[in-house]
This record gives sequence, C-alpha cells and structure tokens, in this order.
Amino acid sequence: MNFDSNETQQLLADAVLRFAAKDYDFEARKRIVQSADGWSESVWNTIAEMGLLGIPFSADYGGFGGGAADLMNVMDAIGSALIVEPFLPTVGLGAQLVARAGSAAQHAAILPSVIEGKIKVAFAHTEKHARYDLSKVSTQATKTGNGWNLHGEKLIVLGAPMADRIVVSARTVAGISLFLVDRTAPGLTIRPYRTLDEVRAGDVVLSNVRVSGDALLGTDGHAPPVIEAVTDFAIALLCAEAVGAMKSANDATLEYLKTRKQFGVTIGTFQTLQHRMVDMMVSYEQAKSMACLACSKVDHATDVNDRARAVAAAKFRIAEACRHISQESIQLHGGMGMTEEMKISHTFRRLTMIAQQFGDADHHLARYGSLAE
Amino acid sequence: MDLNYSADELAFRDEVRAWLAANLPNDLREKVSGYAHLSRDDLLRWHKILAKKAWIAPAWPKEWGGNDWTVVQRYIFEEECGYAGTPPLIPFGIAMCAPVLFKFGTEAQKKRFLPRIYQGEDFWCQGYSEPGSGSDLASLKTRAVREGDHYVISGQKIWTTLAHYADWIFCLVRTDSSMSKRQEGISFILIDMQTPGITVRPLILMDGGHEVNEVFFDNVKVPVENLVFEENKGWTVAKYLLGHERMNTGRIGASKRELVKLKDLARKEIKDGKPLIEDMRFRDKLFRVEIELTALEITNLRFLDQMRRTGQPPGADVSILKIRGTEIQQTLTELMMQAIGPLAQPFEAVGSAGGVDAYTSTLAPRYCSYRKTSIYAGSNEIQRNIIAKMSLGL
Ligand SMILES: Cc1cc2nc3c(=O)[nH]c(=O)nc-3n(C[C@H](O)[C@H](O)[C@H](O)COP(=O)(O)OP(=O)(O)OC[C@H]3O[C@@H](n4cnc5c(N)ncnc54)[C@H](O)[C@@H]3O)c2cc1C
Repeated sequence: MNFDSNETQQLLADAVLRFAAKDYDFEARKRIVQSADGWSESVWNTIAEMGLLGIPFSADYGGFGGGAADLMNVMDAIGSALIVEPFLPTVGLGAQLVARAGSAAQHAAILPSVIEGKIKVAFAHTEKHARYDLSKVSTQATKTGNGWNLHGEKLIVLGAPMADRIVVSARTVAGISLFLVDRTAPGLTIRPYRTLDEVRAGDVVLSNVRVSGDALLGTDGHAPPVIEAVTDFAIALLCAEAVGAMKSANDATLEYLKTRKQFGVTIGTFQTLQHRMVDMMVSYEQAKSMACLACSKVDHATDVNDRARAVAAAKFRIAEACRHISQESIQLHGGMGMTEEMKISHTFRRLTMIAQQFGDADHHLARYGSLAE
Repeated sequence: MDLNYSADELAFRDEVRAWLAANLPNDLREKVSGYAHLSRDDLLRWHKILAKKAWIAPAWPKEWGGNDWTVVQRYIFEEECGYAGTPPLIPFGIAMCAPVLFKFGTEAQKKRFLPRIYQGEDFWCQGYSEPGSGSDLASLKTRAVREGDHYVISGQKIWTTLAHYADWIFCLVRTDSSMSKRQEGISFILIDMQTPGITVRPLILMDGGHEVNEVFFDNVKVPVENLVFEENKGWTVAKYLLGHERMNTGRIGASKRELVKLKDLARKEIKDGKPLIEDMRFRDKLFRVEIELTALEITNLRFLDQMRRTGQPPGADVSILKIRGTEIQQTLTELMMQAIGPLAQPFEAVGSAGGVDAYTSTLAPRYCSYRKTSIYAGSNEIQRNIIAKMSLGL
C-alpha cells in the first residue's frame, strides 16, 4: 500500500499548481470564459508544453505511458482552478478511444498531434432519451462502397466546438461501432453552447456524413466494451477533478467562517456551523478515497466487473459529496455565495454538473447493485 | 377534528380559482410556467389586474381597500395564486411597508403612500441588509444625521431585491450611535429612489439573473416627515413587521404547482425505455417530497386554525414554515434538474429538434437560484435559532 505520489507525479502536480496559480487565477479564468470561444489556445499550448496531454499515452507516440493514477494530481488542480479547456474530453475520452480501439496507423496519425497540442479530439456519444445508458445509440452507419455514411444527432458533446476530430458512435448491422470523423466533414454541423459550468460543448448533427473505410476505429460492431472502459476511465478522472473542486470549496468556506463576522464574532465560532464544516470535510475525505479507488482500478483491475463496480461506487459517492459540499458551501457563505463575482458560486456550478455527468448518483448506485459482488 | 375546509371556504376557493383561470393573462401564465424573466411591467400589470378586482391587499383594513377575509381565506387566496402560477406578488409595498404605516404611520403618511401602493403606482423595495450586517441586522451602519428638517443619509445597503425597479425604498438607518444597546438608535425611514446621491448597482447572481442590487447613499437629503414612528425606535417597527404576517412563507401553493410540473416531466423523460416516473429510485424521491409537502400544508392549516381561534399568530413556530417550505422548494428544483439527466448541462437554449429547449435549459439555473431561499428572509440557521430560543427556551 502506498498513497503517496511518486516523484514524477509530484513534479507534474507541482507544475500544474504553479501554472494554475500564475496563469489561471479566478480573474484570468473569467476573461477566458467570457471570450467568444470560451477557451484559451495559449493555455492549451502551455498544457501541451508541460507534457500533460501525453500522460496516459504510449511513449511510442511521445507520451508518458501512464494511467489515471498519474493524472490524479493534474485533475485535482484542474478541478480546483476550474480550468475549462477540454482536457478531459480530449485526453480522457476522444484520444483515449483512439489509443484503445485504433490501429497502429490511426495511432500514428492522431496521438502525436494530440500530445503536442496540435489537435483536440471529442467523443460524440449521448443521444436523446439515452440518459446515462451507454448502449442507447441510434445514429446509423451504413456501408457505402468502401466507406460509411453516418446519420444521426449527438447531444452535449463536451469539447465539440473546439475539436478537430470527433469520435462518433453509430450503429452498423454488426452493432455499435466507432468512427473517427473530421470536424470539417461535409454534413457535420456543431451547435455550440455554454454549459452551466461555463465549459463549451455542443450538439453534433450528422447529416449523411460520408467517411472512408479507414475511419472505422476498432472492429465493426465491437465498440461497447471499449466505450465502457473509456467512460469508466473518464469517470475516474472526473472523480479526481471533483475532489480538487471540493477541496477548493471547503477551503474557501473554512476561510469565510474564520473571517466573516456577525454578532461581534466570526461565524465559525457558532457550533452549528462548525459541525456543518466538519461534515463537509468528512465528505471530502470519503470522496477522495473513492477517487483513489476508481483511478487505481481503471489502471489495474484485470476483471471488467471489478473495475465497473469500483467506478460506480466512486461516482455514486462523489456525486453525493458534490451535492453536499456545494450546497453547504453556498449556504455558509450567506448571500455572498449566491453571487457571480465569488468563485465559490462557480465551483458550485461545476460540482453540480460533475454530479450529473456520465451518470448521477441514482444511476451509479443502480449500476453498482446490478454488478456481481 | 376536521381537516376539511368549510362549505363557505370551498365556495371561496372555487370563486378564486375560477377568477384566476379567467383573468390571468396567458402571456404572464406562460412566462411564469416557463420560468421566464418577469419585467417590471409584467409585475405591475398583474398587480393592477388584482387592484381592479380589489383583491390586491386582502389583509389591509377595510377602509383602505382590504377584504375582511378570514385568515383561512387569505391563505386560500395566496395558495390559489401560487397554484395557478400568477406572477409573484412583490411584498415590499403591500405586505411590508403598508402594515408598518397602518401601525406606526401618521395620517399624512398613510394618505400619501397607501393609495399609491394599492394601485401599483409606486414600486417599493426593502433596504435592511448591509455588507457587514446580514443575519446580525442590528449592527447596521448606514447613518442618518438630522440637519434642520432633513436627514442626511450616507452608507450602503446590499441585496436590495428589485431596487432597479423601485420608486421608493424603506430603510433601517442609524440615527444615534451613542446608545449602549445597538437596537436602540435605529430608525425606519422612507426614501424616494430619485433623490440625488442614490446609486443602484446590480449584483448578478450565479444563475446570471439580475434581481438584487447594492444601493449607495451619498449625503442623501430626506425630509423629516419621511421618518416612520419615532426617531431611534426603528427596531420596534422592524420587529413588528417580522412578526406580522408570515403565514404564507411555506409557499405551499407554488410548491404544489412545481410538483405537478415535476410529475409531468418525469412522465415525459425516458429512462431504460420507461418513463422516469416508473423508476423506483426517482419515484421514491418524488413521493417523499410530496408527502413532506402534505405534512407542511397541514401544519400550516393547524397554525391558521390556532390563529383563527386565538387571534394570535403562533409565534416562533412559524419559522417551521420557512425552514421546511424552502427545503421543499429546493428539493423540487433539484429533482427537476435531475429528471432531465445530461440535458441539464446547456446554460442557454439550444433549440435543436432533439436537444435542449428553452424550458429545459432553465432547470439547472433555477436549481442554482433557489439556493437563495434558505439564505434570505432570515437564513434557515437563524430560523432555527429563533425556534431554539423562543419556542424551546434553549
Ligand atoms: C436573493 C436575495 C435577496 C435578498 N433580498 C433582500 C432585500 O430585498 N432586502 C434586504 O434588506 N435584504 C435582502 N437579502 C439579504 C438577506 O436577508 C441576507 O442575505 C441574510 O440575512 C443573510 O445575511 P448574509 O448574507 O450577510 O449572511 P451572514 O449573516 O454573513 O451569514 C453567513 C452564514 O452564517 C450563518 N449564521 C449567521 N449567524 C448565525 C448564527 N448566529 N448562528 C448560526 N448560523 C449563523 C448564516 O445562516 C449563513 O449560513 C436578500 C438576500 C438574497 C440572497
């Protein structure tokens, strides 16, 4: 047993924390989310220069050959600083699918550019009425000569507006399959929008988009296990990000309790608020433990069921903690917590969204119960 | 024991319900049910419709336009408005400033302000809270210095709801800082928002909405005749208002309406091929809040009954309505957001065929916004302190 970061992980963590402190304080973030595109290319370049984009990819393509555990500190810092650039959509989903399902040729074509920060890859999967069910795909892929014709509509695709490539899930006669599509492909349109947590996402409409035969990622009809594995990987990273956001919420609230004065004393002297703060701290520690479990299992579990159960448990616990900590931190800030100008209200929004991304507490509790012990 | 309304009360309820159905303009109904922004005009239009029907101020004395309704009728009326989805009645004039004037105002003040409040000619706001004085209101610092027949007021108010719509503000200000008890030395004063030296600055809340403001006073000259009650006796006025009428703080009617909408949504949303309302986990949460709401409604009726029999409001226990009522409102907004699953994410209507429409995109911001309900009007912690101290003697 060892919960410490190794030397490389610590170096990466320090680098990200330095970057967040220097270039991504709340004011800098505000400028970025209010800009037209809602993300910063120079931030992305810095992330690439720090080597963060290569962490979970093979050294063969310039990566670091690591896993979720190596990304934990990075995700923690992203959560704490509320970084909006599409790190998780690219590293945890889009490019991760290419790495796990793609051929050597596809790896060579995509991964080095991703790692260098030259291209971003999104994953377009969720559809209307699918909720959190990964198997609900009705987008069609029909064979045409030696290529494919894609038709359908994908919702809430994280990082879509700035993506260069999009991995699209679609149903062929053989089953659910993955296709690597260029964002400029004729017939593909993106309707971009801001999300509650000020990230940019979009709906991706595929109107008879033609792609060549080599756009198929992996074996025709065999995508579900890869989609599940990659989604679990992304959930583990999201849990780590949530932990950073929760820490930031707890720190800010604790600081507020120690400084805000009412009735001639700091409000932290009221025992009822002390206990509430203690419960928030307990929630955080429990959540952090589950993030460790999820990251460790997505890296090392040899059994799919074992991995899925750990991830479901972690996401359940983290969704509950997100809700608890975010709500309490606003309440204990009083009116100030409600305002746009305080970072805590933005952390609240991020935690609220994390609780519902890739499955809410109900979904993962049910999933946990449905998997064999 | 009889939990039912009397025949007369039922007839009254039906009358109110039918009138609301016929007289609530469709565009307002739709705005309210779609959670759209309500403008000053929207709010005043509804106010004037009620004023024309002579239903705008049921609790006022009859000679000023009140309706002589029983407490139960008043409750029924408010709950029916909530259930029908009328624009909210902005309380600052009708339900806050007016009762103060009836109790403490001079005849001249009553004549000057009450008819205009009734007709919706003046829009009022409430200037109590300050940056350093929220829960601890008695520590307020905005100063009013008497100079001849004026007070000169300097300081800052914060969280002033709809100050950007308001013609008038009623304020608590410090007229004497030499008193040993902080509650003494505070005065209640009415201020014309057009007076030179007043600046209103918006405070945007986390749902992006502009409802509250900071109001700055820089040597604002207010005529002495705008003082209500005696100088340095403003705390008495404020306390009277706090204890005055808190029978609708549970917002039962509005929550019932939201519950209906939640059920509609849960019937439409599909989970695992079935309507979400058939999902046991979701269903349990939905019914749990429904039962809690039923309990609160009956608690509210018990308080009303007590008030009817004794003529006295049930004191600190009324805080139960604020605590549980806001918790229910918050749970309802949270379940609405959870009901739509991943579609809760867009912050602006996308308007795609398969994606998120304007209504859906309001649900998560609304959840955010409703966190305020356990903070404002005496935070739920302060409400619990009140019960602990006043009801339980702790
Ligand atoms: C949307 C909105 C609209 C508002 N509208 C108006 C308005 O129109 N006019 C107006 O005058 N004011 C208005 N308010 C202000 C509101 O009344 C105050 O926000 C409220 O009184 C709390 O004060 P505060 O925000 O300064 O929080 P604080 O008093 O600083 O409280 C911070 C936290 O400490 C807790 N706390 C404080 N004291 C104690 C204690 N003794 N024991 C236990 N816990 C305690 C609080 O419950 C809270 O959780 C509004 C507020 C909001 C958010």
